[in-house]
Amino acid sequence: MEQPNTNYIDELAGDDTIFRNKLINTIKDELPQEINIYKTNITSGNYNATADNVHKLKHKISVLGMEKSYYLAEKFEKNLKDNSTELQKEFEDVLSSIQGFVAAL
Amino acid sequence: MYFHQYKVLSLLCKDTTMNCIIIDDEGMARAIIAQMAGAEENLNVTEEFSNAIDAIKYLNQNGEGVDLIFLDIHMPGFTGFDFIQTIKNPPAVILVTSDKNFAIEAFEYDCIVDYLVKPITEERFKKAVSKARNKKVVPVPQSTTDTKEQHVDTPTEFYVNIDRRLIKIDIPTVNLIEAKGDYILIKTENKNYTVHSTLKKIEEKLPDSLFLKVHRTYIINLKKIIDIEDNSVLIGKDVIPVSRANRPELMKRLNTL
Repeated sequence: MEQPNTNYIDELAGDDTIFRNKLINTIKDELPQEINIYKTNITSGNYNATADNVHKLKHKISVLGMEKSYYLAEKFEKNLKDNSTELQKEFEDVLSSIQGFVAAL
Repeated sequence: MYFHQYKVLSLLCKDTTMNCIIIDDEGMARAIIAQMAGAEENLNVTEEFSNAIDAIKYLNQNGEGVDLIFLDIHMPGFTGFDFIQTIKNPPAVILVTSDKNFAIEAFEYDCIVDYLVKPITEERFKKAVSKARNKKVVPVPQSTTDTKEQHVDTPTEFYVNIDRRLIKIDIPTVNLIEAKGDYILIKTENKNYTVHSTLKKIEEKLPDSLFLKVHRTYIINLKKIIDIEDNSVLIGKDVIPVSRANRPELMKRLNTL
């Protein structure tokens, strides 16, 4: 499975450790909240709202360098808009992966 | 009778500071944009907003001091397009979004100068800011309350110099542009033009929402693509190569199932 990384963040931050830390702390702060909202919405079958949550999570997935997972999220977002949960498991595997990675940063 | 509310000061404003605001519900996105903006000369981030409503309140009081808005489209409740339709005299807007599917809609708004797809690269950011600088708009004192006529120079055509004649080319009719040594070949729906110029120069004249450089020697109109194979696209009767480096951006920009 594709692994998250900080290449984009490192390139963007360069030697600016203050910005790097700020960005990582923002991700650490936002990611769990976004995942919780996603879980609440998908559990309650609110797929339009879930699609919005996936949309927002896509950006974090891409910033963490997971290109293939980004496209998976994009397809899952579309599925949700079509009232389908196909790719839910695969998407949630990605979430677990980035959540573990971010927590360890 | 028409009264122009805006006046384009392309050359005069190039060296002046631009004040910008950032509107995005995602803190990470705001942090990235602010960082990139901070690295730009003469670009000052005055405020950041996590929702459009607060930004509207701010603009009602400080609108004249804002030259540029970085605007997320996909926000809960009030989208970026709702925002643009709500504010009276929008300054230049650069859309920042994970949605590649809004490119055509974005092209309908005069104030939108560019369209950045997340995650933003520094190179694309610089290019977008450069476009905003060249299209910087400033309000001219109004002699009317009519707000319908707002003139900003979003290009719909450009002129090329051929045999000492300036010939107008409508941008939506352009299929592709090919570099040929010191010349470029512009292929439109009806006619081809060979012009002494470079791909880099013409790329700056074309809206990013519609055109993409897919190869060292080709820029294509995304709306003209008939089909795509692994390393090429078909436009009209032309098979255009797509370089490996440019393929991810191409795929990102297409509305695929």
